[in-house]
Amino acid sequence: MKSLILSALLTLFAAPVLACETFTLGDLNIEHAWSRATIGADRPGVFYVEITNNGSTDDALIGIATPAAGMPMLHETVVTDGIASMPHAMSIPVPAGQTVELAPGGYHGMLMGLTTTLAEGDSFPVTLSFQNAGEVVVNVEVLSLRAEGPDCDDAN
Amino acid sequence: MRLTRLQKILWAAAGLATLAYGLLVLLPNRASEAVPQAAFRPTFTLPDAEGRVRTPAEFAGQHLLVFFGFTNCPDVCPTTLSEVAQVMDDLGDDAALVQPLFISIDPERDRRLGLAEFTAAFHPSIIGLAGDEAQTRAAADSFRIFYAREGDAAAPDGYTMSHSPALYLIGPEGDWLRQFTYGTPATDILADLQPRL
Ligand SMILES: [Cu+2]
Repeated sequence: MKSLILSALLTLFAAPVLACETFTLGDLNIEHAWSRATIGADRPGVFYVEITNNGSTDDALIGIATPAAGMPMLHETVVTDGIASMPHAMSIPVPAGQTVELAPGGYHGMLMGLTTTLAEGDSFPVTLSFQNAGEVVVNVEVLSLRAEGPDCDDAN
Repeated sequence: MRLTRLQKILWAAAGLATLAYGLLVLLPNRASEAVPQAAFRPTFTLPDAEGRVRTPAEFAGQHLLVFFGFTNCPDVCPTTLSEVAQVMDDLGDDAALVQPLFISIDPERDRRLGLAEFTAAFHPSIIGLAGDEAQTRAAADSFRIFYAREGDAAAPDGYTMSHSPALYLIGPEGDWLRQFTYGTPATDILADLQPRL
């Protein structure tokens, strides 16, 4: 039990900074951009982010691009009748007044054809393309392979 | 009709007694319904990363945490393996009583990409198993789980895998104890596991 509390405390204090950066594009707020460390570059990497639409018009994330991967794509993990699969997501809706999360077990950027190993502590840029708002480049922090998300003070 | 205070107390006592009797009669029945009639003992015969064939027999006396997955799976699989790793860390001295197993449902590619380095990156205690197609199908059938290869021109090597992402707990006699659905937090798994050890 003691070690449980200790590890929980350590997780709280080991707050990385970069993944907590906020990017703005018009009415869109983009934060918590992170990825998981990979073992080599032969297996796909992953990209997660949180997008808040503060405007009154619906938008949608329609694509991602990054120098870190030759073939980045938007995917959605779906668990149907206890079976997990991850079909492509043509676009990810970002409705007016709502927050959409690309997070483990749901929407994610699938970084196929990695150009390099993603090591913990590294960062790389990802360009997000939105149907209405246009494009924005965000910095993505590579967290540990075991990470489930960044620990930001503002995370709620 | 007006009841005296004593009558009210007696009626209340009678009501409580009826309720208590009902619970005594019903609860044990419920509990026995939850226990399977005959023990379900899923099995496998699969080589580990070094090619040594592993079966449930050698893990007798230990609890097994079994996960079926593939290493080209950056979203779902790391979540479960991270939880397993956290559970093993938090078990402390009791970790020796629990053996986590990662059974590859994409064994050929996983062996080529490196099974041991994948499992070790999450936790050194995790044993990765990758057999041939027949051995893998036999293990999955025995655990009554589903997996399939799906053609996908955009995916690496032109295919991806769909699979049951749950984590399975096997008891020290090889009995199926329960499954943890995908996304069960490590603390919940630990809380379930610790009293069993
Ligand atoms: Cu994916």
